Amino acid sequence: MILLNGQSADVQAGEPVSAILRHMGLDPDARGVAVAVDGEVVPRAQWDSFALPEDARVEVLGAMQGG
Amino acid sequence: MDELASMQLTAAAGPVAAEGDTLTIAGRTMRSRLVLGSGGFPSLELLSEAVAASGCELVTVALRRVLAGGEPKAGGSLVDVLSAAGVGVLPNTAGCRTARDAMLTARLAREAFATDWIKLEVIGDEDTLLPDAAELLRAAEELIDEGFVVLPYTTDDPVLARRLADVGCAAVMPLGSPIGSGMGVCNPYNIALLREAVDVPVVLDAGVGTASDAALAMELGCDGVMVASAIARARDPARMAAAMRAAVDAGRLARAAGRIPRRRYATPSTPDEGLADFG
Repeated sequence: MILLNGQSADVQAGEPVSAILRHMGLDPDARGVAVAVDGEVVPRAQWDSFALPEDARVEVLGAMQGG
Repeated sequence: MDELASMQLTAAAGPVAAEGDTLTIAGRTMRSRLVLGSGGFPSLELLSEAVAASGCELVTVALRRVLAGGEPKAGGSLVDVLSAAGVGVLPNTAGCRTARDAMLTARLAREAFATDWIKLEVIGDEDTLLPDAAELLRAAEELIDEGFVVLPYTTDDPVLARRLADVGCAAVMPLGSPIGSGMGVCNPYNIALLREAVDVPVVLDAGVGTASDAALAMELGCDGVMVASAIARARDPARMAAAMRAAVDAGRLARAAGRIPRRRYATPSTPDEGLADFG
């Protein structure tokens, strides 16, 4: 099961990171977004090719007011 | 209408610092010595007004989980507002409790905002939000090795500041007092010592409550001041942003002008010579 931002997500292992972003209704070209899978950054250039491993823990982060 | 309320922001925010006085951090030269924190503003519109009134060229942003269809809206709106204002984005690692989390957040921020700059925060205490010195130094060292421009949020300890500068931090950001406390510069002696201890720019961060706190930081020799809550949570954020701008300029000028020494007793400013004798 894929965990997206701490919750189970309707995405299968093997799908690319970009599938997660589509699932969330995000524009993959939007600025201020970054993705980590199992504690490692997935660079933007790999969003279409990086396949989610089994039981991946995915964090999708965005710009927020702070500091 | 009272006189203060009718004062034009532009008048209060007029340039008073010497022309050509700039702050350079890691090769980036800025005319403004004020860094604005974007946190705590009730709306993006108020943030935008404060950015304009402050004259700042660098604004911090945080990274948080994106909720599907919710906030933050894919980072778009905040980034768009800052981009439209023409200011640089300084991502932070706010909320990180370990060097590991702070380093990962920094790498994600580099990806999200296409900048190597990171305001490094590693928090070591829940109540005071004071930095964890050991984790901070470790994270700073590793991130610098990875090519980051690191601006660490640190304590007012001159020795730690020197260690951070020695490992290659582009500037140091000592606290005046705890984040959001509004207590100003609690230990001005340490801030002055810290300024002497390092060769990199010193940007006072955290604790500023009102304009005089920012002026004091500059008078103590700081190269810049970062303000977040004091502007964002002021009754009128844009007006407070203008006040901070003027205060940073005033403090900078006073520092350059050289203050008189403190004395315990009066020194007359009018000479006794020629004093009339009324019998």
